Amino acid sequence: MANLKELSKVPEGLTGGHRLCSGCGAGIIARQTLLAAGNTPVVVTSATGCLEVSTTVFPYSSWKPSFFHSAFENSAATCSGIETAYRALKKQGKITEDIRFIAFGGDGGTYDIGLQSLSGAMERGHRMLYVCYNNEAYMNTGIQRSGATPRGAHTTTAPAGKTHQGKEQTRKDLTEIMAAHGIPYVAQAYVGNWNDYVTKVQKALAIDGPSFINVLTPCRLGWMYKPEDTMSLNRLAVETCIWPSYEVENGVYKINVKPKEKKPVAEFLKPQGRFSHLFKPGNEHILEQIQKEVDAKWENLQKKADLGCKAF
Amino acid sequence: MIKPVYPKGKLVAKTGNEVMAEAMRQIEPDVVAAYPITPATEIVQIFSQFVADGIVKSEYVAVESEHSAMSATIAASAAGARAMTGTASQGLSLMWEMLYIASGLRLPIVMAEVNRAISAPINIHGDQSDTMGARDSGWIQIYSENSQEAYDNMIQAVRIAEAAKLPTMVTTDGFIISHCMEVVETYPDEDVKKFIGEYKPERYLLDTKHPYTLGSIDLQDYYFEHRYQLAEAMRHSKDIISEVAKDFEKTFGRKYDMYEKYMMDDAEIAIVVIGSTAGTAKVVIKELREKGIKAGLIKIRVYRPFPAEMIAKDLAKVKAIAVMDRSDSCSGSYAPVYSDITAALFAAGIFTPKVVNYVYGLGGREINTEHIAAIYDKLAKIASGAEKPFTGIEYVNVRIK
Repeated sequence: MANLKELSKVPEGLTGGHRLCSGCGAGIIARQTLLAAGNTPVVVTSATGCLEVSTTVFPYSSWKPSFFHSAFENSAATCSGIETAYRALKKQGKITEDIRFIAFGGDGGTYDIGLQSLSGAMERGHRMLYVCYNNEAYMNTGIQRSGATPRGAHTTTAPAGKTHQGKEQTRKDLTEIMAAHGIPYVAQAYVGNWNDYVTKVQKALAIDGPSFINVLTPCRLGWMYKPEDTMSLNRLAVETCIWPSYEVENGVYKINVKPKEKKPVAEFLKPQGRFSHLFKPGNEHILEQIQKEVDAKWENLQKKADLGCKAF
Repeated sequence: MIKPVYPKGKLVAKTGNEVMAEAMRQIEPDVVAAYPITPATEIVQIFSQFVADGIVKSEYVAVESEHSAMSATIAASAAGARAMTGTASQGLSLMWEMLYIASGLRLPIVMAEVNRAISAPINIHGDQSDTMGARDSGWIQIYSENSQEAYDNMIQAVRIAEAAKLPTMVTTDGFIISHCMEVVETYPDEDVKKFIGEYKPERYLLDTKHPYTLGSIDLQDYYFEHRYQLAEAMRHSKDIISEVAKDFEKTFGRKYDMYEKYMMDDAEIAIVVIGSTAGTAKVVIKELREKGIKAGLIKIRVYRPFPAEMIAKDLAKVKAIAVMDRSDSCSGSYAPVYSDITAALFAAGIFTPKVVNYVYGLGGREINTEHIAAIYDKLAKIASGAEKPFTGIEYVNVRIK
């Protein structure tokens, strides 16, 4: 468990003045990640995306630790290169301190264009934490569909129209894909629960090996909701079980936040403009399908957790 | 056969790939990240064996693609490590995005590149289409005529890249050099290490006492200045390359320059070529000279930065020039080396030489002394006025209906 009093003593790693939107979840996640690292020096990499462009407008930078960006699809390969340089220089005695390595990527840079690079880096076993700030579409280029976009969501490349009702496929389950890599630590987290997230980052950084955290991160422009609702809206994702908070530590599943009462998924969808067309007459079947898919996945996850199931 | 020139040197029989790997062993970079591809595979394969045997202190990253190879090499370099990689053809093509980033971030990466045709159709043999496609990527490009040059160029490349703060690729012609066993003179490890010196980056990501942000977004207010600085660095690197060559000659005894002039002092007809074909052309020139024909050759060693002013001066008195390109830019006009040579002559106000363009050897198609003799024959006719210089590209040894 993270300790708020201890966290308050940690100097800010991500300073204010960046250009992220009000209510953006990505800035919250970046800041909490660095707080969780505490006083351990870190080097951060990021895929091209909102977080990167908004925090590094030359000649300014919001990043207190060293920060590196080179391209969109390679945050994991990049982080692996830095981590390798660290091992090489440490072995030669040119570096003596302990440094940790954190890679960020949005769902575009992680689920889709950067999946190969991520898979390779995880398989190679670099000691690094990869954080996917998953806002469920390509938000930086203007809300296009991604492999993380949930069924029914309106995006600009899978829009709701007269004959189509947003994305017609279910999203890929990247957290499970990463768990299947057999790496020591995989977790799903969400903006709106600092304690859950910070605890996971601390666990991940303590592990001598690769780790991956998939964080549901609201984008108020893409999801179309009021910026002040970021936290409350996102908590509904966990309470409806459309985005459970869980971890797979050394292959063992554990649900970290169990809702007291599982709410209907519509409660999470309704406040968001990207799902508004689903509440029009004639689209009830899509809502039903989403609910069915959520129920099945939730049941499956609970079984794995209850049985202490091994992912590998 | 190579003549030994360094008293402490050792004559060894090695392929181009083996000797490039040998140079890498002696350079002993902190990090090598690479992905195998024919015909460059052996370089990183041999090097990873050095790592596995504990012969080098380097860390080897067996990445899952060339894009990640260049990404990890860039990152390792930015982190403060001396970093190298190797590739060819499709691998270089997959790196394309990252090549520009390596130079844009001014990272002194050295890459062993084996020239191979690019798909489609898929072909594993030697031509220079791959690196010609990267000629404007902000990388210094050094081409090698044979294994000795490949070895010497690799050693010099480290010094050049680090002084110029520009990534540098050293190339060999696929199979012709990469897989051909030749006698090479290698130098003792300690002498090579002394020549390249220790890598001391000014600023690096792992310096946690001085953390910094690299890879920022530059908008209208800064991007242009940074790109100007890159272009300026490339111009300035000509002096660095010459200085390193001079020091190399002083140290090891082998002379290098931006390009090699062969029998050019009184040449009336000349070929400009890059890579192993220069060796074939030299044989032809010797025969022609015996017949009293004043034939010469310019072998470009450093294609980027392009030594435009110098080369124009050296070609000024030649009556007829054939620029031989081992790639075709499919531009609808001329191939890349021809375009650079003619631009250099025009900019220098030199209009007298007749300059024609040949494209040869694509996909490893044979280029032999007969083909080159025929080109000199054509040049002699153009020089004497017996034939008019042709416009467009002539293709050597290809079936055209």
